[in-house]
Amino acid sequence: MSLTVLLTLLSHWRRKPGQLATLLIGLSLATALWTSVQAINAEARASYDRASATLGGGALIVLTDETGAIPIENWTRLRRDGWAASPVIDGSLEVGEQVFTLRGVEPLSAAGPQTPLGGDGPGAAFLTAPGVLLAAPETAEFLSNSSLDLPPVQASANVSRTEIITDIGVAARLLDRGDFIDIITIDPEARPGLTPLSELVPELLQSSGTGNGEVEQLTGSFHLNLTAFGFLSFAVGLFIVYAAVGLSFEQRRASLRTVRALGAPVSSVIIALLAEVIALALIAGAAGIVLGYGVASALLPDVAATLRGLYGAPVSGELAIRPEWWVSGFAIATLGALGATAQSVFKAARLPLLASAQPRAWAMASSRRYVLQAGAAALLFLAAAIIPNVSSGIVAGFALMAAILFGSALLLPPALALALKLGQIATRGPVAEWFMADTRQQLPGLSMALMALMLALAANIGVGTMVSSFRLTFEGWLDQRLASELYVTTRDEAQSLDVRAFLEARSDAVLPIWSADTEIESQPGEVFGIVDHATYRDHWPLLVAQAEAWDAVASGEGLLLNEQTWRRLDIPMGTPISVGAGDSLNLVGVYTDYGNPSAQAIIGLDALTRRFGDGVSRLRYGVRVDPAEAAALTEALQQNFDLPANGVVDQASVKAFSLSVFERTFAVTAALNVLTLSVAAFAMFASLTTLASMRLPQLAPIWALGLTRSRLARLELVRAIVLSLLTWLVALPTGLILAWALLAVVNVEAFGWQLPMHLFPGDWLRLAVMAALAAVVAAALPARALATRSPRAFLQTFAQER
Amino acid sequence: MLVKIDHLEKSYGSGEDRQPVLRGISLEIDRGESLAITGESGSGKSTLLHMIGLLDAPDAGTIQIDGERVSDLDDKGRAARRRSQIGLVFQQFNLVPSLTVRQNIALQARLAKRLDPNWIDMLTERLGLTAFSDRFPEQLSGGQQQRVAVARALATRPALLLADEPTGNLDEETSAQVLALMLELCADAETALIMVTHSIAAAELLSRRVHLTGGRLS
Repeated sequence: MSLTVLLTLLSHWRRKPGQLATLLIGLSLATALWTSVQAINAEARASYDRASATLGGGALIVLTDETGAIPIENWTRLRRDGWAASPVIDGSLEVGEQVFTLRGVEPLSAAGPQTPLGGDGPGAAFLTAPGVLLAAPETAEFLSNSSLDLPPVQASANVSRTEIITDIGVAARLLDRGDFIDIITIDPEARPGLTPLSELVPELLQSSGTGNGEVEQLTGSFHLNLTAFGFLSFAVGLFIVYAAVGLSFEQRRASLRTVRALGAPVSSVIIALLAEVIALALIAGAAGIVLGYGVASALLPDVAATLRGLYGAPVSGELAIRPEWWVSGFAIATLGALGATAQSVFKAARLPLLASAQPRAWAMASSRRYVLQAGAAALLFLAAAIIPNVSSGIVAGFALMAAILFGSALLLPPALALALKLGQIATRGPVAEWFMADTRQQLPGLSMALMALMLALAANIGVGTMVSSFRLTFEGWLDQRLASELYVTTRDEAQSLDVRAFLEARSDAVLPIWSADTEIESQPGEVFGIVDHATYRDHWPLLVAQAEAWDAVASGEGLLLNEQTWRRLDIPMGTPISVGAGDSLNLVGVYTDYGNPSAQAIIGLDALTRRFGDGVSRLRYGVRVDPAEAAALTEALQQNFDLPANGVVDQASVKAFSLSVFERTFAVTAALNVLTLSVAAFAMFASLTTLASMRLPQLAPIWALGLTRSRLARLELVRAIVLSLLTWLVALPTGLILAWALLAVVNVEAFGWQLPMHLFPGDWLRLAVMAALAAVVAAALPARALATRSPRAFLQTFAQER
Repeated sequence: MLVKIDHLEKSYGSGEDRQPVLRGISLEIDRGESLAITGESGSGKSTLLHMIGLLDAPDAGTIQIDGERVSDLDDKGRAARRRSQIGLVFQQFNLVPSLTVRQNIALQARLAKRLDPNWIDMLTERLGLTAFSDRFPEQLSGGQQQRVAVARALATRPALLLADEPTGNLDEETSAQVLALMLELCADAETALIMVTHSIAAAELLSRRVHLTGGRLS
């Protein structure tokens, strides 16, 4: 019986294919945008996991050297002492236009279930000349077709697409390495050595093998923002679905009542409605996932470049089809469709059999409805005001944003109705008065689409402001952190002394970047020592500072703390801070330190060496030199000293690279902006097309009174523009509040640092123009249809009983 | 006896606004009988028909159909009796606009799982709808739409056909045609007919007539 009811319901779509297309496209677009973001995030995380797996997946101790190169003797020393140590070489291998990370491992000591070599160890070919390159299937195919003289390539699904794994000897040859390795991994469970690592290799830095976690923490902000954008796009898409489902329900209300009167129980009607929506969700979900795959494939290269460049996170630029986001896509499409249909199902369950057979208007305009909406909006705004005071954490941040967005969306129709009412009072002339009154009458039918547009615009303004603010802040931060023209890292302290002497004769200033690992207020962290120099006083803007903060640091009495540690500790200026052993130093200022999850402090250089003595790493320097002479000095350094691979870093190229990475980030944001706006424009198009077919009886009398069809059509376009601009006016403050919430609440909750908010009025105006254009595009077809409609169609409305 | 109604009462509203519509109606209808219910507007004709058709429940009194007390059934039970034992014809036709004529006619029979294609073909032919069977309701005239509604109501060969002002929206000539066909088909299917009507002429075509005044039979 449910099948008969279902077929009866489905027959509606045969008569209304445009409406069906609207519903399917709306749900597909919503799913596509959500899935694309999920696909990108899943791909990035999989890349982090694969990269981490080559270093033991977090189970191993990872030893590195500050200079980037570890003498091979260190490894042999560890092995002789009994440690289960394994050497690794890491480098970049350029093949054609692509750059891969070539990772050389020592197969006998590295073999284990966590590594890409697999639990059974490598095959014989891996160990014997000419060796084997293990690569992801796509990478393997690419390498096989290259003209380079490479060892045989073997495909392995366990290897990241950006990586190539090979024997350490092969890697050393391909990367032209001498007796230096990059990483030593140690399995602490398998075979602890006799001597503690801190005594055996004190010069090496130990990490607990949580490199993947660090990458995830660093990139978390980026993924969080992508997810937020995906969710907003999904919500915008759902507005289309909600509107289409609501309209179809109203159109089928009489049929449902008839079917019930003919003996179909309410349970059959509900089952049929649910089956219909699930069937539609599966169709739209599949289309959305395919579309989302396309969007993600197009965006992933830019996202990957951003993540690689900005955070050093190894993310492949190619997308693999993963079951998890297929499942996630179908789940979100079905849940979204069910959510959008819930009201209709509820109405169907309570549909009285004996109510009037006349179909209700799709949406009734009523001041009571507006009052209710405004009341609900006020409650949501109240919740938004309360949430930060009573709750914290990332969930509270998202709840705050949701309350702001949906409160504004609910407020939009009453706000527009009020604006149009005021407009009606202010206008003179019969056409203008009719236009305002008629626009008010159209509001209920258009409100869903306008709410979708408002959400899209607010999301654009909010996320755009956040990204642009981040860009400005990041540029400033680069200036602060990269104030010196050159950065030099030496191999050891002897070389450090020589290099310093060499540089002092050839530069304006040599600024030691010396540091020591220690505990800051019982948190593991790093403390830097700096000399008193104008570079810091001029370039390091402090978020909060006491007067004469730099003097206090130079005298060894004061300490600067990075923002996230300061926020975690929640302490006022002047608080004594313990830094390792010895007396506490007073907190005199706070500086920004984006992307660093660890505690960090800056004290005077003398204070650093006094406190930590031999524990101070004295290998790095910032060099102030005339920018025009920086290149010559770099060359001189490289000629005179055997510096590590990244021994001299040029400030200008690092900045240029970082900014180019940001440009690609912007490309991602811009693409998502356009996609979200497109979805909103489609929502308007769908609503306007539907309304156009329903409102001929309202236009016919005006036409009969003397307004031409073309003028009526022009007025339709004007109406769309007016409504879109009024919507933009509501979206602007909403977007700015959203940006504030993202920058000042969500970021702080998630990552411990707050970004300053910058305003970009030019972007807002550009968005207003885009909103108006989207409205014109959406209204163009219905307006054209009206302009070319035959007079007979108008006349018929007078003959029909309505 | 097919239908037995005993002291049926129904009111709408509550408290001071309570409006009694049916006041102790008792009535019996035999198999194959045709009964016209007439009365002024607001006399309770349609309400009585809705009670008999199990579209609404009485406040007091009982209804038995085919010996079964149906007035106390829950929604599911009422729906089951409606689709298998009762045919309904409304003044507004109430066809499903997205189904063709043929699909509309077969709709209740399919819901009741009693689809007999030969019977449907016969009904379609007798009601002069064969040429329109692939059309949609909006492509038909009022008289044609009402004939589709009659065919749909008789498609399950119900024991009871309830018609609420079936000719209220039709002109005189079409009304007479539809009514004649309905009576003819009811006689063929041995279906009892209860029809609510304002038209004395239409009522006189049926075998028995009752008049409702202020919720009471006279």
